Amino acid sequence: MSDILLEVRDLHASVEGKEILKGVNLTIREGEVHAIMGPNGSGKSTLSGVLAGNPAYTVTSGDARLHGVELLDLPPETRSHEGLFLSFQYPVEIPGVSMVNFMRAAVNAKRKYLNEEPLSASEFLKLMRQKREIVELDNKLASRSVNEGFSGGEKKRNEIFQMAVLEPRLAILDETDSGLDIDALRVVAGGVNKLKTSKNATIVITHYQRLLDYIKPDFVHILYKGRIVKTGGPELALELEERGYDWIKEENKD
Amino acid sequence: MNALTQYIDLYDSARQAIHASGGDPLNSMRDGCRRILGMDGAGLPTKHTEGFEKTSIEDMFAPDYGVNVNRIGIPVDIAATFRCDVPNLSTLQATVVNDKFIPSAGLDDKLPSGIRFMSLAHASKEMPDVVSRYYGSAATLGDESVALNTMMVQDGVFIHIPRGVRSDKALQLVNIFSSPTPLAAFRRVLIVAEEDSELKLLVCDHTQDRTQSYLASQVIEIIAGRNACLEMCMIEESSQLTSRYSRMFVKQEQGSNVTINNTTLTCGTSRNDFDVELAGEHCECHLSGMAIGSGHMHIDNDTSVFHRAPRCKSNQLFKYVLDEESDGAFEGSITVTPSAPYTEAYQSNRNILASGSARMHCKPQLIINNDEVKCSHGATTGQIDEDALFYMRSRGISEEEGRRMLMQAFMIDVIDTVRIPGLQDRLRHLVDRRFSGSLGNCETCRTI
Repeated sequence: MSDILLEVRDLHASVEGKEILKGVNLTIREGEVHAIMGPNGSGKSTLSGVLAGNPAYTVTSGDARLHGVELLDLPPETRSHEGLFLSFQYPVEIPGVSMVNFMRAAVNAKRKYLNEEPLSASEFLKLMRQKREIVELDNKLASRSVNEGFSGGEKKRNEIFQMAVLEPRLAILDETDSGLDIDALRVVAGGVNKLKTSKNATIVITHYQRLLDYIKPDFVHILYKGRIVKTGGPELALELEERGYDWIKEENKD
Repeated sequence: MNALTQYIDLYDSARQAIHASGGDPLNSMRDGCRRILGMDGAGLPTKHTEGFEKTSIEDMFAPDYGVNVNRIGIPVDIAATFRCDVPNLSTLQATVVNDKFIPSAGLDDKLPSGIRFMSLAHASKEMPDVVSRYYGSAATLGDESVALNTMMVQDGVFIHIPRGVRSDKALQLVNIFSSPTPLAAFRRVLIVAEEDSELKLLVCDHTQDRTQSYLASQVIEIIAGRNACLEMCMIEESSQLTSRYSRMFVKQEQGSNVTINNTTLTCGTSRNDFDVELAGEHCECHLSGMAIGSGHMHIDNDTSVFHRAPRCKSNQLFKYVLDEESDGAFEGSITVTPSAPYTEAYQSNRNILASGSARMHCKPQLIINNDEVKCSHGATTGQIDEDALFYMRSRGISEEEGRRMLMQAFMIDVIDTVRIPGLQDRLRHLVDRRFSGSLGNCETCRTI
């Protein structure tokens, strides 16, 4: 069996005093794709936010280790340097900060963390060019402010572009399919598949089975009321598609 | 007994020396101003004066700074050696040390034909007719602070662009305070851009000795003739012991286009008033400013734009980022008179408080006495966008750098209003350095 990349144990987290995650356990190994599904309000986005270090959430107990490093003690930037990447459900617009400056700052911050020299201007531009091709991101977007005026599809492509540049060990795709038409979905999913290796792993958070036609999961987890209540193979997603979430809710009545 | 008394006494006792420094156009107004200041009830604005709620001019002028009326020991050589933070933007450079105008070597020969960029004292003696035609014509001499400056002024700057002359190159003026003892300087700037002329001007304010207290009283008069085009950018990088009260009066004739930017990078107390009168049809005025506060800096900008003629446009944009204990104020007004139909006038003031103890006071005003107008104003004060900051951090950018990038980005649209070639990049760089705490040897700059 391959090495464990992420190990989450009994994770509890709250937002504004309300407990959302009530003991999540999750083990992800190198090379695996995990899907996390669940009805609205079950804690999917909270889980991704907590793992990425969003200060809006408070972790009350539990731990999460990325290749042995305790994530929850680290600031978000260090989690990124250690190889975690979150593709946002709603990528943030940052007027006045150009994509180029944003990516250069991100790339060089990681290189500094790894005690590497900053990339030269030409090396950096070459890297941008290579990675843009993976998600067919228009060159024009690179000179614009981060996500400003991007269409829904462009924003999601931009997320996967950033993932391609930063080469994370573990990528969490939070509702990456929301707001995408079928062509954009194909491009984005294609990008994710191109970036897959035997050493990295992906968590796909989604409502719908649709995305899983393009990004094939090895495991499907159902998150409900802040806990993972069921884990299975790809067939579990198909079952959800067919039966909806009611039977899950029924099985997990208080 | 108020702050004015010491200056009135000084004027009375040193009248001869003060009159000896300037020509008739300057001298002929002094005694009238002396009378205004001596009247019962005359005084500089205090915090009880409307429009000065956050900055007392009385308190600013009250200390006994000392005034160099006898023009002793002004260090002329620093004009040649001082390195401004906007180096070599222009070869058409001059320095004002305290209040004395010192041209760079060979300036007169380099100036395009007809353009005068010279000492106001000299101009008032050499060409009294031209100076007297404009001197005091835009400023409100009845105001005590203007009267005080007019009574005391001994030198300053005169810029004259004759009809139809357009200078491609910007003029650069560097104001420096340099004195081993506390000093008050009365600076005066008279800018006349005649019909169809064009002028670009950069003004930087510096302090040579950062351990000494200084006070600048500054009155700038700008007369923009018909279809004249004038762009002026002012960058203040003074020390925390420097106070300044700058009053700018702009009078625009028909079809003229004036762009003013005022950037406060560092200062002690800086109060800047902008009075713009759009006197002829089809004028445009773009007034913008930005202020970066830290330490105990105090920055107060006050604008009054008067639309007196039809079909004019004005646009105001002021942004502040305030950190630590700094505080800022912005009061801006647009007045549209009954004689100014088809006015377009806008005003925007946006601020970020980067610390819990920084303070911002803003008071936008619109006075519209005309139905045919398009006007708007808006003011907001908030914090750094935490969602944007988390997004950046999740990509590996440190919190510190993310904050700096966001604050820099916040200022971009103000920087973009500057169109003097080369200056926009330089200003972006200066703002970046200011936010990263590496501007000059400045003690008020810290990493925000």
